[in-house]
Amino acid sequence: MRAPRASGVVTAIALNTFREAVRDRVLYLLLVFALLVILVARFLALVTVGSEEKIVKDFGLSAISLFGVAIAVFVGVSLVFKEIERRTVYTLLAQPVRRWQFVVAKFFGLLAVLAVNVVLMYATVAIALWLEGASSIELLPAVWLILVELAIITSFALLFSSLTNPILAAVWTSAVYVAGHLAWSLRLLAERVPPGVARWACEAGYWILPNLDRLDRKATVVHGLDVPAAFLLWSTLYGACYTTLVLALACVAFERREFR
Amino acid sequence: MSQVGAVLTLSGLTKVYRGHLGIGRSVALDGLDLSVAPGQVFGLLGQNGAGKTTTLKLILDLLRPDRGEVRLFGRPPSDPAARARIGYLPENPYFYDYLTAEEFLDFYGRLQGLPRAVRRERVRESLSRVGLADRASTPLRKFSKGMVQRLGLAQAIQHDPDLVILDEPMSGLDPIGRREVRDLILGLRAAGRTVFFSSHILQDAEMICDRVAILDRGRLRACGRLADLVSSSVRWFEVSIRGAVPEGRFERVSSTGDEHLLRVPDIDGLARTLDATHRAGGQVLSVWPRRETLEDLFLREVGHAAATRSDG
Repeated sequence: MRAPRASGVVTAIALNTFREAVRDRVLYLLLVFALLVILVARFLALVTVGSEEKIVKDFGLSAISLFGVAIAVFVGVSLVFKEIERRTVYTLLAQPVRRWQFVVAKFFGLLAVLAVNVVLMYATVAIALWLEGASSIELLPAVWLILVELAIITSFALLFSSLTNPILAAVWTSAVYVAGHLAWSLRLLAERVPPGVARWACEAGYWILPNLDRLDRKATVVHGLDVPAAFLLWSTLYGACYTTLVLALACVAFERREFR
Repeated sequence: MSQVGAVLTLSGLTKVYRGHLGIGRSVALDGLDLSVAPGQVFGLLGQNGAGKTTTLKLILDLLRPDRGEVRLFGRPPSDPAARARIGYLPENPYFYDYLTAEEFLDFYGRLQGLPRAVRRERVRESLSRVGLADRASTPLRKFSKGMVQRLGLAQAIQHDPDLVILDEPMSGLDPIGRREVRDLILGLRAAGRTVFFSSHILQDAEMICDRVAILDRGRLRACGRLADLVSSSVRWFEVSIRGAVPEGRFERVSSTGDEHLLRVPDIDGLARTLDATHRAGGQVLSVWPRRETLEDLFLREVGHAAATRSDG
């Protein structure tokens, strides 16, 4: 009897993770989202003159981002925690499954859930805009970068849930999201503090934290400006590298973990 | 003590649990040496907290030893090639309750490396082997505890592993369920498979084990073939009589009305007791020669260890 191929193991666990999220009714959140977007769009159409299209776009993209981050943080943290708390991880890791395969599979399973969510949320916004007679195609670069951002957040959720309890993991992941959007302010701060440990800490924080603000192109597309293809490519590459690094740390943390 | 051809070898296995921030420590397992040969049914016995589950988790690489080593088919348990040859059922299992029984076994079949066509066949076979053929499409959230246990067994054996590791497989089952698990273990032995299981239900272990090990507070108290550990000679006789209790060299265990249960230490005493009862006008209802049981051995070993501890 031989151990199965790594790709087969990762695919099986990722599909099971996706199935769990779907059957745990995570996608029901989409109904809330759809209702919210359509109601707000109708309301704005009634109370504003001229700029309602921009407001719907802005609101829609912000809602996609916030709902996505909420799913990445809370589902990401609970998926691993539930496996440990309910001890399903015992029978899973007793199979010819390497621990890194488990972590990577959980990541891809959740990323698939997020991708389906983002696509369906975008479709809802597109319908709301279409009802206003507006196009939504120019939103796609910003939506893609939201997905890149969610991949980074998911990798942090897995890292923290491999290290600590779910409440702390959710708090830490949310903190990374907020700090990642404010990383630019560390750079500004570094320029204003005198040389020494404080400046060094600000510089280090700027380089270590994910630069999520750079991935935020919502305002650009809402105002009808172009997002260059090269920017999209480099941002995607940045997200992929960052995610891989954090995921590698999550694998190391999970490898060292003992299941008492 | 690695043995050539052994399915499982534990050498000097030691596990210490430490509290938060490293404060406080408890020794869960202390220098355990064991070897399990192919084709055996091996019972790891002990009270709650004796270290049985810790031992199984070390074998499965869910815990890492502080000292000593585990070899599964000559390989470390972290090697997936070694784990590919085992099946495992945890104590009080809980599985993904959003899956149906069929989906659950198919998922594990994929992890066990079974090709799709083989999987379909094995899932069907395994479900009927554990009496759940008519529940293939039922979600696990609708399963009773006993049904989950049986499904867990199906998962542990569907890929035809060389070694099946079961943690308290009889716990939580009704008498029929326990009988079915016993039959299943004996069936695995008949098919040449090795079974390593932990239990605190000694009667079950006595019926099916070739070898047993007794653990007490993380230490191995006894290990060997049941026939070697448990004396087959008669240790005493239980005599049930009706009527007056005669004089003699025995101990009165209990009395209900004019019926009495006597414990007679040897065969000479038995002859004299029967004769005296007859002469006193009483009636002998039954004579039961008592041999040493696994329970006696267990109580002796664990009791001896407790006495040694209190002396120390």
